[in-house]
Amino acid sequence: MSGSPFFLDEILFIVLPYLAFGIFLLVSIRRYIRETFTFSSLSSQFLENQQHFWGLVPFHYGIITILTGHVIGFLIPREILLWNSHPLRLYVLEIAAFIFGLLTMIGLISIIIRRATVPKIKMVTSWADWVLFGMFVVQILSGLYTAVFHSWGSSWYAAAAVPYLWSLLTLNPDIGAITAMPWMVKLHIVGAYLIIAFFPFTRLVHALVVPNPYLWRKPQVVRWYGIRKSPARPLH
Amino acid sequence: MNVRSQISMVFHLDKCIGCHTCSLACKNIWTDRRGTEYMWWNNVETKPGTGFPTQWEDQEKYRGGWKVVDGKLKLRSTDKRHTVTDIFHNPSQPTMDDYYEPWTYKYDELFNAPEGADQPTARPISMVTGEYINIESGPNWDDDLGGSPVYAENDPNFKGLSHEQRQQLFAIERLVFFYFPRICNHCLNPSCVASCPSGALYKRGEDGIVLIDQKRCRGWRSCIAACPYKKTFYNWSTGKSEKCVLCYPRLETGQAPACFHSCVGRIRYLGVLLYDADRLEEVAKLPDDQLVDGQRSLILNPNDPEVVAAALKNGIHESVVEHAQRSPVYQFVKEWKLALPPHIEFRTLPMLFYVPPMSPVMASKNDDTVESVSENFFHDIEEARVPLQFLANLFGAGHQAKVVYALKKQKAVRMYRRAVTVGDIDLKTAERLLTEAGSSVEEAEAIYRLTSLCTFDDRFVIPPMHREEAIEMIKDPHEHRASTGFGFVQSPERGL
Ligand code: SF4
Ligand code: SF4
Repeated sequence: MSGSPFFLDEILFIVLPYLAFGIFLLVSIRRYIRETFTFSSLSSQFLENQQHFWGLVPFHYGIITILTGHVIGFLIPREILLWNSHPLRLYVLEIAAFIFGLLTMIGLISIIIRRATVPKIKMVTSWADWVLFGMFVVQILSGLYTAVFHSWGSSWYAAAAVPYLWSLLTLNPDIGAITAMPWMVKLHIVGAYLIIAFFPFTRLVHALVVPNPYLWRKPQVVRWYGIRKSPARPLH
Repeated sequence: MNVRSQISMVFHLDKCIGCHTCSLACKNIWTDRRGTEYMWWNNVETKPGTGFPTQWEDQEKYRGGWKVVDGKLKLRSTDKRHTVTDIFHNPSQPTMDDYYEPWTYKYDELFNAPEGADQPTARPISMVTGEYINIESGPNWDDDLGGSPVYAENDPNFKGLSHEQRQQLFAIERLVFFYFPRICNHCLNPSCVASCPSGALYKRGEDGIVLIDQKRCRGWRSCIAACPYKKTFYNWSTGKSEKCVLCYPRLETGQAPACFHSCVGRIRYLGVLLYDADRLEEVAKLPDDQLVDGQRSLILNPNDPEVVAAALKNGIHESVVEHAQRSPVYQFVKEWKLALPPHIEFRTLPMLFYVPPMSPVMASKNDDTVESVSENFFHDIEEARVPLQFLANLFGAGHQAKVVYALKKQKAVRMYRRAVTVGDIDLKTAERLLTEAGSSVEEAEAIYRLTSLCTFDDRFVIPPMHREEAIEMIKDPHEHRASTGFGFVQSPERGL
């Protein structure tokens, strides 16, 4: 099937993803229930404000856009291909994706510099943070490389990678399209699985508790002890 | 009418001696852990002064509290839309520089220094990094520095004072200051609670204590920015926010909070108030000059049979109502109108009230002889060394009327007591002054007793919290007989 020895492709593209998602789900749920207290990031803005802005803002806006792009492509590959059938539209999409990738990278670099140089910030940085930074660097660089040298990423992602991902999701894995991919793309895919597997152990879990109910809850929160409830609803 | 009960406090500023005992009592119990070293849930500021964190009252800078926009209450720090966009970097969050970098000393260098010509010293080291540091500021860095051009002059409460008035305050022979102890106000309309994206902050229904659920807090830090009094703090080590808990474990067992219990000047009073929760929003939106009266109108008369009936109907325990009837806070705030909320223009409806300070004892100048009795003696209040407008900015949302009323009454009570004990003032004059100040002999006696002769039990009228009864409704205590006492406590560690 492929040129790789020992079913390497099968391990990396079939076993690893299931393993990664399994770990992700089980550990996240366990941690949410058993170690609720730790289920957050460890903000360091309090200790350093300026560089925090220049790192965190580009990084988050960049990565959220990029991830959303991947998800959209996964959900509506046909529409993406249709959109790309027009060269101008293709260029717009590719350039936009590249810019947001770059933004993420720039943000990540400032984050890493900040973590490495500000003495107070070093105190709140763990080894797991450094492992994450390493994984992100590999991930973003391989993504940017792919965007530049294996054009057009958005099209073949929709055409080849998405069917593979769906085949995983539907428990009928088909790695035919993936084994033929350039090794940089493979690195990107494997990197993603590793991040997903490591995710629930790290500060990344904060992404799972993004505070959505806030947008529609009432401003004030009152808790009653026992079952005695407020007869009338509280203010605003 | 939706009657709720609230533990409330009065601090009598005339009695505060600025000893910081309260702060240390609190620190020793609650904030001596890593990440909390810089926090002072209770702190004592010198006024005029810049306070802790520096210039916390300046909401242009910190953007705390509420504002009214188009008839709606809005958080100054974040509205809902901006919570989403600002979540990665909170633009209004104070940093450690606004407080101070906590430090200790390398004491072992005192003992381990090699023999030499110099005295060994213990150099300061940062409690964050462990490195040697130069101490640049501290929690009460401007302690007693009234008159200082660096600190006192930058007090945000000088708004509306004329240049002359300010200059006078800094002239050495007029220089004046007083102490301003602060804890969380356990507000009725807390902006900290409203700002929390995770809904981790809450007000306890039974007693109004505002707490942060450490498990639900995800460290978004919105409350730090939103509290205009800067009484929520970010623990940089656990990544969670923490705040004054009003020593609820002590209250639940009938003891006064540690800062109250230890207060050397006996300036602190604590009791329960009944209030109407239905009218909160309406009151929080009133124009500045009506806020003090508005908040007072929320507080219900616990002796009114209608209020009592409504309270009981709402599940408030009889004994709580009975304690509300004896509450020293009710007397100071509602009956005597001596105690005023701090910066009510922030619109969180704080439930800690202050009796504005009279000191230094005012006497009219008359060729350098101090004359303690003068016909126009209320006039002195306007001429006081602490300018009225300054106090009005602190305790009257910029409006003097309420502060003048409280000061006049205090002064009349003093004159009356002087007439009684010293006798150099005619009792008739003293009684006239009382009437002019809106008071009476009976009231003056009561004020005198609760201010000067108060015992522990007069100052702290702590209602039973009935936690044990409340829990009986959902858990059967018999089922838990002989099971482990405290269960397992998880240590607040973050993991990877
Ligand atoms: S003083 Fe601040 S922390 Fe305390 S209840 Fe009011 S808004 Fe919240
Ligand atoms: S213990 Fe009492 S008298 Fe001393 S500073 Fe604190 S509030 Fe003032």
